[in-house]
Amino acid sequence: MNDLGQAFLQAVRLLGSADAELLAIVALSLQVSIAAVVIAALIGLPLGAAFTVTRFPARRALVVLCNSLMGLPPVVVGLLVYLLLSRAGPLGDYGLLFTPVAMVVAQTILIVPIVGALSHQVLESAWEEYREQLQSLGCGAWQAGVTLLWDARSALVTVLLAGLGRATAEVGAVMIVGGNIDGVTRVMTTAIALETSKGDLPLAFALGLILIALVLAMNACAYVIKEAAKSRYG
Amino acid sequence: MLPLRLEKVCITISGQQIIDGVSAVFEAGPRSIIIGPNGAGKSMLLRLCHGLVSPSSGHVQWSGESGSSSRQAMVFQRPVMLRRSALANVIYALAVASIPRAEREPRARAAMERAGLLSIAERPARVLSGGEQQRLALARAGALNPEVLFLDEPTANLDPGATREVEAVIQAIHEGGAKIIMTTHNLGQARRLGDEILFLNQGRLAEHSDAAAFFPKPRSAEANAFIRGELPWD
Repeated sequence: MNDLGQAFLQAVRLLGSADAELLAIVALSLQVSIAAVVIAALIGLPLGAAFTVTRFPARRALVVLCNSLMGLPPVVVGLLVYLLLSRAGPLGDYGLLFTPVAMVVAQTILIVPIVGALSHQVLESAWEEYREQLQSLGCGAWQAGVTLLWDARSALVTVLLAGLGRATAEVGAVMIVGGNIDGVTRVMTTAIALETSKGDLPLAFALGLILIALVLAMNACAYVIKEAAKSRYG
Repeated sequence: MLPLRLEKVCITISGQQIIDGVSAVFEAGPRSIIIGPNGAGKSMLLRLCHGLVSPSSGHVQWSGESGSSSRQAMVFQRPVMLRRSALANVIYALAVASIPRAEREPRARAAMERAGLLSIAERPARVLSGGEQQRLALARAGALNPEVLFLDEPTANLDPGATREVEAVIQAIHEGGAKIIMTTHNLGQARRLGDEILFLNQGRLAEHSDAAAFFPKPRSAEANAFIRGELPWD
């Protein structure tokens, strides 16, 4: 209990001191995860829309695959990206291993299935309501998909946040492909893992509290946006 | 594109005969009202004519070179509104119909004016009342300047005042040159709006007569029983 209290105090002190090193870690965490979410959105949202408005033979199989990939173990993804980007790997020439880019790649792979599967769920229920009307107006699959994505925008914000939450919280993949290099690829989760193994539990826990506070703040923002949209557009 | 011919069309869904050998011709001009008890297949017949479902057997044939379905519109029992302003909902339909961009807004405003909705053009469509939404759905369909307008129980969820307003808009669209094909279970409405009546029972077309002849004395025993049973509540 004493440790927890200490950790809390240290977290407040850390934040209060606006320690440059801490801010750099937080900033890198956000940069990497937000970049991953943006890329995952560009891939996953059209995927979810395609699952919803098109009917092609392998669709069901792909939906099941996408749903199961939501549970991908981050360390396995990390390992996969490591093998791809390591000097001997197929993409080794680019020298991306142990850079933030490698971390973005790993996190993107982790959250594309989440964005794809969850957006499919959201769009499916909208599609049930809209399908006949849109077909009646003469929408093709492409138009229908774009319309659904736009009309479900406030629900899709929550989907993207789920992806962002997963990205900022995971440690296995970024640890392997980033290497937790001080000042280069150290993010909040890898820093927490490091401080824990060094035995500096209060610092580790303080970092953890900051991480939780960040996630909380992002979700609160999304909630406000969603409620505002709901009261505006019904 | 009229007349529209149905030739021995059947729809079977998981072994159940929903539409059973219906043959009919819809000529340009008279307002055709499809009546019948719940589950008679009225909505299905309308969707079949509009092209939202395909017949299990038989043919749905538009006249004209392509048998095209481009100049038809449909209004559903529960209006489907997109999450944008009332005006934007009408503009959307015009955009899907590939109307040139510059024409869309004036045309949408004119259609909304005919439906008495100009004062609420900028309000979000999904927060409008049921009657306003249904008139907006009519304005959206009317803006497309359809040759045929299908209406599936457009006033089923509305109070008498809203029903009158909706009927007035339907009448205005008809006077603008559109053929009306509409289902209803409200016999009073069938009388007010109908030039010819199609009586559907258990998926079969039991009778197709002029309204003037139908209401005093239906030829078929089923229609006779239906009208007698319904009248006390009319």
